[in-house]
Amino acid sequence: MTAEQVLTRDFELEGLRHIETYLSRGGYRAAVKALKEMTPQAVLEEMKKANLRGRGGAGFPAGLKWSFVPAQTDKPKYLCVNADEGEPGTFKDRFLMSHNPHLLLEGMIIASYCVGIQKAYIYIRGEYEAVAQRLEQAVAEAAAKGFLGSNVAGTGFCLDVRVHRGAGAYICGEETALLESLEGKRGHPRLKPPFPASVGLFHCPTVINNVETICNIPFIILRGAEAFTGLGRPRDGGTRIFGVSGPVERPGCYELPVGTPLREIIFHHAGGMKDGKRLKAVIPGGMSAPVLGEDEIDIPMDCESLAAAGSMLGSGAIIVIDQATPMLKVLAKVAKFYAHESCGQCTPCRIGTSWILKIVRRLASGQGRKGDVEEIRRLASGIKGLTLCPLGDAAALPILALVTKFRSELET
Amino acid sequence: MSPEISDKVKRQVEDILSRYPRPQAALLPVLHCLQKERGFISPAEEQWVAERLRIKQIRVREVVTFYTMFLQRPVGRYHLQVCTNLSCALEGGDDLQAYLENRLGIRTGETTADGRFTLSQVECLGACDEAPCLMVNLDYHTRLDRDKVDRLLRELD
Ligand SMILES: Cc1cc2nc3c(=O)[nH]c(=O)nc-3n(C[C@H](O)[C@H](O)[C@H](O)COP(=O)(O)O)c2cc1C
Ligand code: SF4
Ligand code: FES
Repeated sequence: MTAEQVLTRDFELEGLRHIETYLSRGGYRAAVKALKEMTPQAVLEEMKKANLRGRGGAGFPAGLKWSFVPAQTDKPKYLCVNADEGEPGTFKDRFLMSHNPHLLLEGMIIASYCVGIQKAYIYIRGEYEAVAQRLEQAVAEAAAKGFLGSNVAGTGFCLDVRVHRGAGAYICGEETALLESLEGKRGHPRLKPPFPASVGLFHCPTVINNVETICNIPFIILRGAEAFTGLGRPRDGGTRIFGVSGPVERPGCYELPVGTPLREIIFHHAGGMKDGKRLKAVIPGGMSAPVLGEDEIDIPMDCESLAAAGSMLGSGAIIVIDQATPMLKVLAKVAKFYAHESCGQCTPCRIGTSWILKIVRRLASGQGRKGDVEEIRRLASGIKGLTLCPLGDAAALPILALVTKFRSELET
Repeated sequence: MSPEISDKVKRQVEDILSRYPRPQAALLPVLHCLQKERGFISPAEEQWVAERLRIKQIRVREVVTFYTMFLQRPVGRYHLQVCTNLSCALEGGDDLQAYLENRLGIRTGETTADGRFTLSQVECLGACDEAPCLMVNLDYHTRLDRDKVDRLLRELD
């Protein structure tokens, strides 16, 4: 197990989600330290030194992202926490928010102070209604104790937090679709640039970060960037919540240092394969991450190692596939998901995903034709890199990996 | 045709509106609020919302049709939404869906004749470590097998 826990400390405490328990365990000390002892500039410097890479999928350093927000502006600035968590295989943000909602709020206070934000939204997927209620209660508790509202911790800093529920659309996890959705519209991604840091919510400068990203901030402020980078890899520090699902003995969330080998996570922490099953393949970062074969799992789980292997760390969601599962079934699930979730704005994504699904269904019903697998590969290549938002690649890359690595199985 | 919106919902809508810098931004929460009371969003409600938020009705319609959680027609008292995405499928999600169809005597997308159950298939619910799973209205039920499903259906009677 980890020597140091950044995110899941005290999770065994039943009352942690209430502010009294959180405070008794040292909660809100990081926020008070930032607000009373540090300038926003000093917070930013610490965050940049920590090089905290985004936990939502793209792995972009949070401190650097914040530095793109203009310091001088007459517009309000916004923080949007991305709690949409729709990437298949991913359940870590629900785990974090239900156990320790105040950790998220504390991170939000520090981020908002650093960037000069007074209004923050938590955009949470609509299905997580119970978690949203827990967050609302935490917001009320924090306001009652003076950690939110018009005079945070007696410093005169103001922060208002609003929990906003989505309504069932994976694409709203994409940051610009999220902004559209928050404005009360369909979740249609916007063309970038301009980036949300300059033109975001209501056309104002906006920071968007994933729940887990924000939850790392209190540790960084309290213990310093070096303590954080010392936990993981030099340029990819800290820990991650790896969510393991599929036929393993102990599926669930594991907080482990960035760079922990994938094999160790599956066979040690998650207890290995269950019921004598054998491992066949692993999706290492949520459904958008290209699949790894069984001979590819001796790999450190960090952004760069996975990118070098042609996949990605994504949301850190590990889906384990056993030998008895036909890869055509996996391909069918991937194809159906993206065909369903494509917002339809651009042609390669809209037509490509549904065409691929049609061929996959033909294969699954035993009516496959010679050249079908090659046709899927051709169609996926025609989506890759050619779409308005990254969902196109999120669909194309895992499909390409499946039809390349498991071609012979799929063609039989 | 103006729908009968209760005073309670009207008050809730006012409260929601007061928390957003622009009325349109309140659209999703307002629709959630209406659906909670009325079960689904009809064209009459769309119109009511459009007037209250001072936006075109088409803007409301677009949103209602875009998001899968907004229902455009009534469903059964218990809306069973079974996840068949990958992690659930690896643990029997597809069998679960077939078993439910069998038990309820309906196909996915249909409602039982007595109006009690509607069966839907949904994408990942974010409970993949407790696969296979489903939602009954907004409640999660996890690590399901046939016995647990039988028990669940009995409890929902
Ligand atoms: C189709 C799509 C879905 C996404 N879904 C999520 C999501 O559910 N949660 C999330 O945090 N990021 C999601 N992202 C990534 C966001 O666009 C964005 O990069 C992220 O929220 C930024 O936060 P971070 O830098 O802290 O990771 C998604 C991206 C795409 C293209
Ligand atoms: S790539 Fe797909 S999801 Fe993204 S904007 Fe285009 S159609 Fe929509
Ligand atoms: S795949 Fe079913 S909850 Fe995630």
